[in-house]
Amino acid sequence: MDRAHLRTLVIDSLRKIAPEVEESALRDDRPLRDEVDLDSMDWLNFIIGLHERLQVDIPEADYRQLVSLDAVLDYLATRLRDAPTASPPRDSEP
Amino acid sequence: MIEFKLPSLGADMDEGKLLEWKIHPGDTVKRGDIVAIVDTAKAAVDVESWVDGTVRQLLIDIGDKVPVGTPIALLLAPGETAENAVLPARGAERRRISPAARKRAGELGVDLASLSGSGAEGAITLQDVEAKAVATATPAPDRGAEMRRAIAAAMSRSKREIPHYYLADTIPLRPALAWLERRNAELPVTERLLPAVLLLKAVALATRRYPEMNGHWIDGAFHAAPAAHLGVAISLRQGGLIAPALHDVAAKPLEVLMHELTDLVQRARAGSLRSSEMADPTLTVTNLGEQGSESVFGVIYPPQVALVGFGKVMERPWVEQGQCVAMPSVIASLSGDHRASDGHRGALFLAEIRQLLQQPDAL
Repeated sequence: MDRAHLRTLVIDSLRKIAPEVEESALRDDRPLRDEVDLDSMDWLNFIIGLHERLQVDIPEADYRQLVSLDAVLDYLATRLRDAPTASPPRDSEP
Repeated sequence: MIEFKLPSLGADMDEGKLLEWKIHPGDTVKRGDIVAIVDTAKAAVDVESWVDGTVRQLLIDIGDKVPVGTPIALLLAPGETAENAVLPARGAERRRISPAARKRAGELGVDLASLSGSGAEGAITLQDVEAKAVATATPAPDRGAEMRRAIAAAMSRSKREIPHYYLADTIPLRPALAWLERRNAELPVTERLLPAVLLLKAVALATRRYPEMNGHWIDGAFHAAPAAHLGVAISLRQGGLIAPALHDVAAKPLEVLMHELTDLVQRARAGSLRSSEMADPTLTVTNLGEQGSESVFGVIYPPQVALVGFGKVMERPWVEQGQCVAMPSVIASLSGDHRASDGHRGALFLAEIRQLLQQPDAL
């Protein structure tokens, strides 16, 4: 999956929670939770949305890596490359 | 015959506009069934029945705006039939309508049966007919402006009537957060718990020892509530907030509470709540979460008598066995109604919440 496609999917997931998000107004390198104003319930629903769309189960311990939209895309790209088949993976990682 | 009246929709909601009937004449209705959807300043509310019965007649039309307490339907009680039913006196009376009002109603297409009269002995006047025509025809006013008005009314009443006192305590959360982290690490994302659920459960359990924080101040006296229905303050993305009830929090396991909280937040944001959720809260909890300020001192939602506020969870310097350490902690506050409780008991209530949060596996 290329980055532009992944970005669209991530923004779709954000829009499910924050319908007012405008793709053009979103700054990819800024703290995502300030850009979109996500509380902890919103954030959990966003992570669940990514899980449903991409079959990537993001452990809580990894949340701190997901600071900006760029960081989310980097993280997802890595996870999807390491585990190209469905379902997650953590134990199967080297 | 049962007169089904529009139930209370919370202290700041005194009227509702009928959006949709969920029942029709002849339907059997059970307690808890959704009878109608009514629009309020804050949300479209699913009105639940508080009785069992069979629908005899609907008394208002879609688009009608009526005050809380207005009869909106007639139900036959179980065992009653249309033949042996006792009509409520008012329903049986012949309506008084001025000839001018009747003529105007015909011109405007207003259904006289759905009108309540403001004239002498309940007579329907020309004014009633015209007001009704306007109410039905006017497009929905700005939800944002109505919400501000509703919040303004409730909060002004609170500050006018309730002598607030305020207390705060910094609660260490290391054991609670460590327990949560371990638990969540083993679970798929859909079953993870948020710290908010632990906070809510601790507050609800603490009311068992301090029942004077949980209930309502009505007609000059405190009435303790039999269960802790916590009003959860939910900020809406378009602005404003709403604090519907999470029912019987003390009695439910954390997983169930998490599920119900997620559902409640989603429905509150989608503007779809139940009448019991609007009317039932016995104690409100506001939780600013990770993006908020360090502490919050809330305004009590009348006729409740207390509000518990949690600020942002963060690491603070903490002295432990003579050493200064970084401790994840939260500032818990209590806004109490001094008519119903005193600061000393309030302090013990906060201490109880603190104590409960030190043993997360017992929550």
